Amino acid sequence: MWAEAASWSPLRARTSCWTVGCTWALTTTIPGLGASGSDPWSGDSGHGGGGRRQRRFPDFSYITRNGRLTDFLDCVIISHFHLDHCGALPYFSEMVGYDGPIYMTHPTQAICPILLEDYRKIAVDKKGEANFFTSQMIKDCMKKVVAVRLHQTVQVDDELEIKAYYAGHVLGAAMFQIKVGSESVVYTGDYNMTPDRHLGAAWIDKCRPNLLITESTYATTIRDSKRCRERDFLKKVHETVERGGKVLIPVFALGRAQELCILLETFWERMNLKAPIYFSTGLTEKANHYYKLFITWTNQKIRKTFVQRNMFEFKHIKAFDRAFADNPGPMVVFATPGMLHAGQSLQIFRKWAGNEKNMVIMPGYCVQGTVGHKILSGQRKLEMEGRQVLEVKMQVEYMSFSAHADAKGIMQLVGQAEPESVLLVHGEAKKMEFLKQKIEQEFRVNCYMPANGETVTLPTSPSIPVGISLGLLKREMAQGLLPDTRKPRLLHGTLIVKDSSFRLVSSEQALKELGLAEHQLRFTCRVQLHDSRKEQETATRVYSHLKSILKDHCVQHLPDGSVTVESILVQAAAHSEDPGTKVLLVSWTYQDEELGSYLTALLKKGLPQAPS
Amino acid sequence: MKLYCLSGHPTLPCNVLKFKSTTVMLDCGLDMTSTLNFLPLPLVQSPRLSNLPGWSLKDGNAFLDKELKECSGHVFVDSVPEFCLPETELIDLSTVDVILISNYHCMMALPYITEHTGFTGMVYATEPTVQIGRLLMEELVNFIERVPKAQSASLWKNKDIQRLLPSPLKDAVEVSTWRRCYTMQEVNSALSKIQLVGYSQKIELFGAVQVTPLSSGYALGSSNWIIQSHYEKVSYVSGSSLLTTHPQPMDQASLKNSDVLILTGLTQIPTANPDGMVGEFCSNLALTVRNGGNVLVPCYPSGVIYDLLECLYQYIDSAGLSNIPFYFISPVANSSLEFSQIFAEWLCHNKQTKVYLPEPPFPHAELIQTNKLKHYPSIHGDFSNDFRQPCVVFTGHPSLRFGDVVHFMELWGKSSLNTVIFTEPDFSYLEALAPYQPLAMKCIYCPIDTRLNFIQVSKLLKEVQPLHVVCPEQYTQPPPAQSHRMDLMIDCQPPAMSYRRAEVLALPFKRRYEKIEIMPELADSLVPMEIKPGISLATVSAVLHTKDNKHVLQPPPRPAPPPSGKKRKRASDDIPDCQVLKPLLSGSIPVEQFVQTLEKHGFSDIKVEDTAKGHIVLLQEAETLIQIEEDSTHIICDNDEMLRVRLRDLVLKFLQKF
Repeated sequence: MWAEAASWSPLRARTSCWTVGCTWALTTTIPGLGASGSDPWSGDSGHGGGGRRQRRFPDFSYITRNGRLTDFLDCVIISHFHLDHCGALPYFSEMVGYDGPIYMTHPTQAICPILLEDYRKIAVDKKGEANFFTSQMIKDCMKKVVAVRLHQTVQVDDELEIKAYYAGHVLGAAMFQIKVGSESVVYTGDYNMTPDRHLGAAWIDKCRPNLLITESTYATTIRDSKRCRERDFLKKVHETVERGGKVLIPVFALGRAQELCILLETFWERMNLKAPIYFSTGLTEKANHYYKLFITWTNQKIRKTFVQRNMFEFKHIKAFDRAFADNPGPMVVFATPGMLHAGQSLQIFRKWAGNEKNMVIMPGYCVQGTVGHKILSGQRKLEMEGRQVLEVKMQVEYMSFSAHADAKGIMQLVGQAEPESVLLVHGEAKKMEFLKQKIEQEFRVNCYMPANGETVTLPTSPSIPVGISLGLLKREMAQGLLPDTRKPRLLHGTLIVKDSSFRLVSSEQALKELGLAEHQLRFTCRVQLHDSRKEQETATRVYSHLKSILKDHCVQHLPDGSVTVESILVQAAAHSEDPGTKVLLVSWTYQDEELGSYLTALLKKGLPQAPS
Repeated sequence: MKLYCLSGHPTLPCNVLKFKSTTVMLDCGLDMTSTLNFLPLPLVQSPRLSNLPGWSLKDGNAFLDKELKECSGHVFVDSVPEFCLPETELIDLSTVDVILISNYHCMMALPYITEHTGFTGMVYATEPTVQIGRLLMEELVNFIERVPKAQSASLWKNKDIQRLLPSPLKDAVEVSTWRRCYTMQEVNSALSKIQLVGYSQKIELFGAVQVTPLSSGYALGSSNWIIQSHYEKVSYVSGSSLLTTHPQPMDQASLKNSDVLILTGLTQIPTANPDGMVGEFCSNLALTVRNGGNVLVPCYPSGVIYDLLECLYQYIDSAGLSNIPFYFISPVANSSLEFSQIFAEWLCHNKQTKVYLPEPPFPHAELIQTNKLKHYPSIHGDFSNDFRQPCVVFTGHPSLRFGDVVHFMELWGKSSLNTVIFTEPDFSYLEALAPYQPLAMKCIYCPIDTRLNFIQVSKLLKEVQPLHVVCPEQYTQPPPAQSHRMDLMIDCQPPAMSYRRAEVLALPFKRRYEKIEIMPELADSLVPMEIKPGISLATVSAVLHTKDNKHVLQPPPRPAPPPSGKKRKRASDDIPDCQVLKPLLSGSIPVEQFVQTLEKHGFSDIKVEDTAKGHIVLLQEAETLIQIEEDSTHIICDNDEMLRVRLRDLVLKFLQKF
């Protein structure tokens, strides 16, 4: 079993592309997007060709250098619709070439092509990138997708099966168990162990995989309670609005945006606030519609009440128009994209940045080089295009609402799944090292954190399933119930291997099936005893002696004068020459050898003196 | 393996399967046809119903006239309607481990089972099944509780009295077990015992049995079930459809290789083609409305109604019905319409594609938006203000015994302009109409039952090839009304085993094997030897561990080192454990080679004598005698353990161990 990181980006933290090989089958998961440091999100917009180009997509030649991906991979699994998890999919399937099945959940299948198209538009139309995938490629790629439901066992081929678990994080996010025979790997993708305003918590059963591959974005952060962060957020928004300021919240159209909308919507209703809330157009309405139609993927509270009130039908939040930005008075605007690197959010930011009454709240992580990252790191003078300098006087706040499991959550998941070993991906090496130690200490399992391009090999020793004949099993189990279990019982049988089927049957049945006769091996030993009494009396003495020692055995004195211990026969005969000696004939089969040889040894020592 | 049959109703089954130490209940359908024997519960005081004459015996004895009323020659019980429960005495229901639900129509008896039998197990069903099942139960409870009826008749149930009653009361079965409807509290408690499952999810029961729901194509979330162990497979097929309506198509492939296939829930109207019926439904509806009449469609709040609304959506404009209001009246109308839109994953491909756009999968969203379809919890309240005629009303209950439908029957029954169109196949429409006679209203019977018909069944059975088929007795003979139609029964080889209510069937299969796991350390020590071409054998001596119904073979423990120290051993310490089994032996011993071997190992003075069956080898010096025959060897010697063991090992060289 091996796992390998195939993504090749300067920031190892932010992409996910994993190949997982099991002993018999090979599976790849998550062709992600190696976009972190590359153009679409880079701050220095406006550079044309030339200059340093970084890799936009993962290096899939890590999977196989020669030969087609389709031959090498059994399937592709997409955990959720975020671009760092599916952004390279059309490139992978249409440009590199992969025709096998691609698995994802229904909501991911619905939303993923829209985000890909959006991404393509920004890359090609706005930035003029060449050699990018086309709209048609996105469509062709999506044709290869097979939708899976939670907990459904999908049989990829004769041996390989996969199963999706709820992951929280974003709508439709899933963790996957990948299984062959008794060996399995769980790949978490991104997940969230605490329910939020719109999604539930990730959950997995005690599936005891050989390996758990988990993200560790927040490897050490034990984040303060969600409620506190929400209160803080509302307080800041409220204060700004009260003093007549404008609040800009840059978001991505799907995900955190809906959670924050629900938060503000309920707050506005409770406080009876009048300041307008806007949501920048584009995906918004459509996005909310997805949430309405896939409401079974949201948290319990929303699911329970959706008939009375669909939480994604907002009363206070209205569509934003470009002209509104210049309106006087307070307002709250959700605008895309989330890192202030382009588009509407950046435009609004430039308009409002100069006024100290205003506020921008960054609700998630920002990639280096983006305006979002710059202002979060304290920069207050930004160089914009045309050598213009923008002075930022508005307040800048960071609120982590991004839904990843924190260290506590990761430990919780490891506890739930009880894996044999853990592999950490996503995150900064130092923090991951800390978490690795913690996992190894607490769960006593091996924990790995390979770098991109590194291969981890895990030895496994699967047990071998065979069919045992019910007769043999029942006989053994019935005897296993006997009181004396101090000594472990041995089951004896014959394993028949025929046409790669394994059957364990009793020896008798094996002989019968093969048409063979049993060969009986019998021993008879002569034991001489000094005893001048009659044979019958000798036999009686033997009987009472054996009876007194072999308490757990069936000792019988038969009418013909012979004594039996289980199936061992003891007969007394006169010595042909010496009347003072009797000969005991002890006779047993090979199967009773132990007892037989014990008896002869015992009888050799002689009989105790009969009470006179 | 046994099957306990608790229901006689072929489409509302309730069976208990005992399989490998588990007790699994398959569905718990509630037979509601019993309510046809009762008078309708009017929402608004109905002078006609309350003035019906009491019924008296032929001899004029009228002691039952409070309980029984007569209407147009039919006798009805004037009481809270009661339902016919599954058999509760045939098997102790507290021993049931799990209940598997196949669709929302087949779970209506659940509260009776989970709340009143000592049941402590788990119930498995899909999410749409639970949500819509809850709606059906909520509606039922609401219909009955909102019309409190003081009287609960019981005199007529007395066996001696029931004999004297006219048909069909006289022939009603098990009347003593009929029960009144459950309460909402019981419904909630019952539903809280359900664990949600998804199609193709493998659920382990005590490590012994695995159950899996499969799409059955009949309704939202409807499932067939596979109950299997590693070597046996039982398929439970209940309410399946091969027609393309709104649910996800039926999964047939997974039913293959079953040892036993239990087949229930076939179409109740095998001679009617659902497509034709829908067409007839639309044209009759249009005809009535054009003539200024109203249309009443008694229906359940979920299921076929979605398909009917979809047909009407396409039909109303072309038929010039755009201005006719459509009303859907049910306490759960809103919930049902809302729920139908959120189960994208359980819908057919076309509807899924719509959700991806994203658009609501069912067009009734648009009918509601454009105000063509309006829904109300009941005829009281807003409805009375909005009510315009002529109109089309969808409302329950299809038995016509309770619910808002009773009101519309009373209201519209007197005019021949109006039409009632029966689409639900569960109740005989003539019996349903009996307490409303004489009736001027037109009655159209367009039963839409999308479940499998006999042609589809025989195709299915050919496809999946079960070893044995088990089905209700009704399916093994033509319907009583069409006894010449030999095509309206199950035809398979070997003939299907049939069951009837309160019967216990021993299912025809013998378990031979069980899965066991050989630990890798033990497996490494096994050395298979090829005995015959293609067949290898290895003898296994191992320790059996059984936990949670899983069996594992571990390597035998290493013999403990002899106890050190000079402690005196007790005699009994040495007694060998006779339970340690030695392998069986097979083969034969060639005398000449055996003698050569003996010589090689230092035995001299060997003499061989022939006997009738074989040979005797004499070792004169050692006073030892070895009898060798085809299938046996007997070593007779003095008590010299060393010698015996040496001889034994030489003999074993020629034999194979098993």
